Parts: sequence; C-alpha cells; structure tokens
Amino acid sequence: MSYVDFAALLPLLITSTAAVILMIAIAIRRNHKAAAAISLIGLAAALASLAAASSILPRQVTTLFILDSYSFLYMAILLFAAAFVFLFAYDYLKCRREQPEEFYLLVLLATTGAMVLAVSRNFASFFLGLELLSVALYALIAYVRSESISIEAGIKYLVLAASSSSVLLFGLALIYAESGSMELSQFTTAMSRTAGRADSLLLMMGLMLVLTGVGFKLAIVPFHLWTPDVYEGAPLPVTAFIATVSKGGMFALLLRWFHVNSGALAGAPALVLSVIAVASMLAGNLLALRQTNVKRILAYSSIAHMGYLLVALLAGGALGAPAATYYLTAYMVTILGAFGVMTVLSGPRWEAASIESYRSLFWQKPLLAAAFTTMLLSLAGIPLTAGFLGKFYVLTAGASESRWVLLFTLIASSTIGLFYYLRIVVVMYAQPADPDTMVDAHTLPLPLPAALALVALTGLVLLLGIYPASLWDTIVAVTRDLG
Amino acid sequence: MILPSLVLILIGGGIASGIAARRSVVVARWIAVASVLANLSMCFGIWMAHLDRSQSSTARWFVECDFAWIPQFGIRIHLAIDGLSLALLLLTYFLGVMAVLSSWTEIQERVGFFHFNLLWVLAGITGVFLAVDLFVFYLFWELMLVPMYFLIGIWGHERRIYAATKFFLFTQLSGLLMLVAIIALAVLHHQSTGVFTFDYEQLMQTALSPRTARLLMLGFLVAFLVKLPAFPLHTWLPDAHTEAPTAGSVVLAGLLLKTGAYGMIRFVLPFFPGPSHELAPIMMTIGVVGILYGAVLAVGQTDLKRLVAYTSVSHMGFVLLGVFAGNQIALEGAVVQMISHGISTGALFILAGLLQERMHTREISAMGGLWETMPALSGAGLVFAMASLGLPGLGDFVGEFLVLLGAYRANVPLTVLATLGLLAATLYGLRFAQNAFQGPNPHHWKLPDIRPREWAVLGLMMACLLWIGLYPQPVLKTVRSSLAAAQQRALPQEIVRR
Repeated sequence: MSYVDFAALLPLLITSTAAVILMIAIAIRRNHKAAAAISLIGLAAALASLAAASSILPRQVTTLFILDSYSFLYMAILLFAAAFVFLFAYDYLKCRREQPEEFYLLVLLATTGAMVLAVSRNFASFFLGLELLSVALYALIAYVRSESISIEAGIKYLVLAASSSSVLLFGLALIYAESGSMELSQFTTAMSRTAGRADSLLLMMGLMLVLTGVGFKLAIVPFHLWTPDVYEGAPLPVTAFIATVSKGGMFALLLRWFHVNSGALAGAPALVLSVIAVASMLAGNLLALRQTNVKRILAYSSIAHMGYLLVALLAGGALGAPAATYYLTAYMVTILGAFGVMTVLSGPRWEAASIESYRSLFWQKPLLAAAFTTMLLSLAGIPLTAGFLGKFYVLTAGASESRWVLLFTLIASSTIGLFYYLRIVVVMYAQPADPDTMVDAHTLPLPLPAALALVALTGLVLLLGIYPASLWDTIVAVTRDLG
Repeated sequence: MILPSLVLILIGGGIASGIAARRSVVVARWIAVASVLANLSMCFGIWMAHLDRSQSSTARWFVECDFAWIPQFGIRIHLAIDGLSLALLLLTYFLGVMAVLSSWTEIQERVGFFHFNLLWVLAGITGVFLAVDLFVFYLFWELMLVPMYFLIGIWGHERRIYAATKFFLFTQLSGLLMLVAIIALAVLHHQSTGVFTFDYEQLMQTALSPRTARLLMLGFLVAFLVKLPAFPLHTWLPDAHTEAPTAGSVVLAGLLLKTGAYGMIRFVLPFFPGPSHELAPIMMTIGVVGILYGAVLAVGQTDLKRLVAYTSVSHMGFVLLGVFAGNQIALEGAVVQMISHGISTGALFILAGLLQERMHTREISAMGGLWETMPALSGAGLVFAMASLGLPGLGDFVGEFLVLLGAYRANVPLTVLATLGLLAATLYGLRFAQNAFQGPNPHHWKLPDIRPREWAVLGLMMACLLWIGLYPQPVLKTVRSSLAAAQQRALPQEIVRR
C-alpha cells in the first residue's frame, strides 16, 4: 500500500480513529459535551478528508476497497446523517439518566461499518462492514437500559440480525464455491446471467441467500418483521440512525453491485426483486394504516419507501441509479427531520411516540408543526418537497424502461400511504379542546442543537424539492460508471 | 414578469396575512382582499389591452414568460396566458375577493392561517391556469390540494376530517395517474426526438400510436374527470362541498371544478385529437348521465349545501357534454357555463353560509317563510336559484343553451335527454325557493336582514350573472381564439365546414 492508498482511505481511518480517541477520553474522564464534540469533529474531519481525497479518485485499495466518486458521495451522505443523529441525540441523552458517552462511540463504529459497506468490493470487506454495523446496533438499540421495551427490541434485533448474517455468509460461501471468486462483482454477473442454466443453480441459490441478508438490513418484505418492534423499542436517535445510516450503507452496496446499467434486469433475480418490491410497497403502506404509534407508522412506511427504491433499482437504464440515489437522499433527509421533531418533543421519561402526543401541536408550536408537516408531506410525495422530486425521478426511470406493473403499484400504494400521513397531520392541526388538557410535551423548551438541525433539514427538504438541478448533476456523474 | 407575479403576490399575501393576524385580524383580512384585488386589476389590464385582437393576431399567447428550472429534464417555468386562461383567471380573482369577503364574520378562529391557506389555494389555481409546461402544471395541480385540505379539515363543519381526507385521496390518486401519463408522454417524446421536454407545444407534436394515445389520454382524463367531477367519480364532491366553510365551498365549486374542465380543453382535446373523437360519444353519455343524476339527487336533498353540491354535478355534466360535442358552439357554451356556474353556485354557497350564520342550520325543512323576516336576502336567494335553474337573462342559460345547440348537431338523442335535466333543475330550484323563502314562517324566525358587505358581495355577483346573461359577447370574444386553437387539432373538418 502506498501513501496515496492511505490518503484515499482517510475518511474511514478518521472515523475509526475518532472512535478510538473517544474511547480513551471516556476512560480518562466522562464528559458528555467532550464526547459529543470529539465525535462531531471526527465526522467533520472525515467529511473534509472526503473533499481532500476526491482528486485521487477512482482508486482501488487492495482487493478489499474501491474508492470512487460513487462511494465518496454515499460516505458523505452517511456522515451527514450521523452528524444529524448526534445533534438530535445530545439533548435526548442529556435529559436521561444514562451514561451518554458510549452512545457516540457506538454510533461512530456503526457509521464506519456503513461506510465500509459503501466502499467494499470483496466478500470479506462486505461482511466486516456488515458486522461492524450490526454489533454496534445491538448495543445501541438496547441503550436505554431502564426501558424493558428497549431491551426486548435489542434482543429481537440481535437474534434476527445474527441469523440473517449467517444466512448471508452461507450465500457468499455458495457463490465462492461456484465461481471461486470473492469479488462482489459476482453479483452483477449473476444478475445479468440468463436463467435456467444448470451450472448457475448454485450461484443463483447463493445470490438469493445474500439477498436475504441484504433484505433484512433494508427491512423489505418478507424480511421486515423486526422493523416495527425495533423502531418502537429503540431510543429515537437510534431509530433515526437505523432508518438512515444503516439502510443507506446497505443500499449503496446493493445499488452498486445489483444494478445493471445497460439492458434491463432479467430472469429469476429480477423476478424475485420485483415481487419483493411490490410486496414491500403494498404491505408497508397497508400495515401502517391501522397503527397509532408514530414510530411504528414510520417503520412500516420505511418498508414501503425501500420498495420504491427497489423500483428505481429494477428500472435500471441510465436513469435508474441516479433516481435511486436521489430518492434515498431525499428520504434520509426527510426521515431524519421527522425523527428529529419527535426527539425534540420527547420528555425525560417518555418519547413522543403515540399519535395523541401530537394533538393540536400546530396551535402551540406552529413552527415545529410546520416542520413536521413538511416532512410528512415529503414522505407522501407532495410537490415542492424533496420526496416529490424523488418520486418523480423514480417514476421517470420506471417509465423509460416501461416497468408499468411496478409503477402502478407505486402509485396505488403511495395513495394508500398518503392516508396515514394525513392522519398525523390532522391530529396536529386539530383544535385544542381545552387548554388544561394540553400535552405537556408541547411546553418543553427547544434545545438549540436540535433546533438548528431541524432548520437545516427543513431547508434541505425544500431545497431538494425546489432546486434539484445541482445535486442531480452530481449524482448522474457519480453513478455513470456503475453496472 | 407579470405572470409569475400573479402567483407570487398571492403567496406573499398569504404569508403577510398569516403574520399580520397575530397583531390584528382586520389587517389580515384587508391584506388578503388587497392582494387578490391587485391580481384582479392586473388581469383586467391584460384583458383591456388584448380585447381588440381576437382572431386576427397570429401569436398564440397574450403574455408569456419562460425560465429554465430543471435543465436535465427540460423542465421550464413556462407560464403563458391566452383568452381561456384570462377569462378563468378573472373568475378566479373575482370569486377570490368574494370568498374573503364572505368569510369576514364567519371565520373567527385562526384567521391568519385561514387566509394563508385561502390565498395559497388561489395561487395554485392561478398556476394551473397559467402553466404551459406539463411538469409545472402538475406541480400546481397538486399544490392547490394541500391548502384546500386544511381549509376543509380545520374550518369545516361536523364531518370535516372525513370529507377532507376523501377529497385529498381521490384527487391525489387521479393526479398521480396523470403524472405517469405526463412522464410517459415526455419519455416517448424523448425516445422519438432525443429531447427531454415537458413543454406544452413541443409535447403536442409527439407522434403517438393510436393505442398509446388512448392510454395516455385516459391518464389525463381520469384526473380531470375526478376534478370536474363526472358521474361515477363524483362521490367526493357532495361531502367536500357540504363540509367546507363558505369560502372553501366557493373556491371548490367555483374554481377547483373548473380546473378539470380547463384541463380537458387545454390538454386532452389538442393532445389526443383521435382518441377524444373516438371517446366523444362515451364522454357525452357520461355528461348526460351526470346532468340527470345530479339534478335528480339535488331534488331529494334536505341539506342546502348538499343540494347545491349536487346541482354542481349536474351543471358540470353540461360542461362535459359541451367539451366533447366536438364543435365550436358547444365548446364556447361549455366555457360560458363554467364561468356562470362559478358565479351562481358560488353565490348560492355564500347564501347558504349567510343562512347558516344566522340560523345555525342548513336543513331546508327548518327554514320557510324567510321572506317575511329577511326580504332582501330572500330576494337575492331567489335570483340565484333562478340562475341555477337556467332562467333566460342570467348567465347559466347562455351556457346551457349554447351547449345544447352544439350538442344537437353531434348527437340528437343525448341532447334531448340532457334537456330533461333542465326540467329537473326547475324542480329543485323552485322547490328550494319555495320551501325556504315563501309560505308561512312556521319556526317564527326573526333574523337580521342583509348587511351592506353582504349586499356588495351578492349584488356584484348578480350584476355579473346579468351581464353574462344579457351580453355574453365580450366573454365569447375573449375565449374564442384559444378555443379555436384547441379544436383546430381536434377536429379540423369542423373548422372547414364553418
């Protein structure tokens, strides 16, 4: 390895170094502010190194990592998402009597894992990244130990994630046995191979098992069963982290290695993915309809949104990968904002999870309610928000490749989805019946870091919804060489 | 620059009004009135400047503006105004002022947010009438939904949440189908020419196979038929109209329904001339079914606002009949019907609002003999009921007459059936007038009569109806050239025959 290789790996090195420094700092003296500062500085340094190292791209470092503009874009998105999680977590942890410092440590480790997923080009690095992410998440989900629901969610995730990892590992082994190669590019080859050939049976089986593992992390039907419970049980900042960084890193890998640029996906993998996409869109939106817990609603809605992403992935062509990336970015910004509002409204003893805790929020905190409304409308895909343009790009990508079944499912299911987003909006704008019954959460002071983060995220949702041109150009440029 | 400022004034006015309401409610109301009046006067200016030009001029648009927005997909903020959009914009701002004035005393809570939403709906409608880029059109089409949803959902009557959600879901689903059709059209244009664009005039030139054209047309048509609303897709309308506050009902009935008809004239006819000719008999049948169905149901309603809502279904059936009759007369009739229906139905909803404010009920059976206690208001009510049933001399008559005249040339049996709708209209109009205003006063109502502000609103609307009823020429002259352009592609043979 040369110096240049190290320079290219700097973002990963910096985040892991930040984790180590933080660990030492905690050992010396516990200080919440210092921990938050160290982690934020670490993330900022990693972002800066992304900018600095972008001149030496693309570069393959050993057989494990591929560093190109695609992975740099995804790493930047993941780092930003992690930073927002920190901003929201700071006051959330401060008002809880837990030791908050390790939270930052674990999030930094998990973020590193997600970044490794985005840059890996080999089975080994893929699995390492995945485990780094998962193991940190086990602890994070059960972080608030005083809540039994949180412990339950942690155990649930532990068991399921561990078994899905082993299934994934078996799939990787099968592919290795068939092809004798540990390259992730085996996926691309297998995806575009015509179905029905005898020699590809093992390969196909391996691919399906790998899809199981990937699908678990993305929480798509039928691997979604953990999602509502874990979303509900995990502390809000961790839920936001799962919804953004964990899924984002895995999707970066999926998009890079399963995307076929020229010619549509065909054969068994395409069929399986189409069924998964349709089932995710419908099941996610339908199951969300009768929920009364906002965290569960957003959990089911995330299943549907992953289905929309798969539509873009399946569409392929010149527009598929950029559309998926734009949609994912828009989704991450939006869902971070949504969980951010929920975090801000949570008190020291409880979380603002029940839909009733939003009753007549608009009349007491109009700006906060407006921000939440913006996020919900963006999730529903209403114009002038990021979610709408994301949906527009996905629809355009699908229409260019004539994926009509997927498109009509998308339309039908997002109309169903609108219903439950509107339910939350309705509650927020309902007239306050009686000043005495005012929800106490609405009287909490707004912490500064979270408020700044919310302003930034709302601004981003509107910016991505009104002026998408520059981000779209970047995304098109970085996804050009995929597949 | 004048066209974007039409939208921006309303958006800015909405924000200003929302902020001002924290200090003073009256200021917020005046800001709303002023911003709509500013737009009205600007449109009036454009109208005066272009009144003389009619057919002689070759340019398609009176005023136009064009900025790049999302260059990768050739999406441009392209706004343009012609006779049709001008006429509908004048209606929009006229009814906008009336809507603000009519909610002057009705809305007492969250006044700022109310006017914010009202002005933003108007901004969305303005955008719909101005956009000649299909992406921008869709954007405004969706944008007018959200504030309308809040108007119904916050200030509506008893079942407001149900009505608002139903309204939103119906229009959103149909709108998404239109979005797919728009995207598919743009993609087809891209595949045949290599240029990505959503521009109205360029997409019109896209070569389509008959089958594709039919499917795409259905995508557009669903959105417009739901908005219009046409017979089987109308079920959101009675709920939404009934539950909305007065201003919401006025905007819904007077303006939002017109966007559906506008979309058909602006997009469906010129984009898909072949399929619209093929489907014309079916569409005309749907229109006639709507006329009869709406009128018959209106006869049976006991809730005043619900009655007016069903008459809207009936009147919009005439518009559908006129649009697809395939000749210039019927099309002109449809536009006149759109405008006069906007005014007369808007006035009826304002009247219902005034009655509800005084009597706290919308049940017709609870009224009766109101002439005794409120002669002026009852007189006004009688005039608008007559307008709605199509009395000659008032606006609706001109529209319905022209539609029937044109439709007669296309399909005699359907026209005969449609005429029966006028009979039912007489029934519901007279029944309402009789039960509410005439006869004894069994409930011994003692109510304050019409106030000067209410006089101004209803009087202006009456004057407009009379004007359209007696001398519709200026309206016809304004819209004629753009209707001819819409039809030139649809039915060239018709132009030749005339």
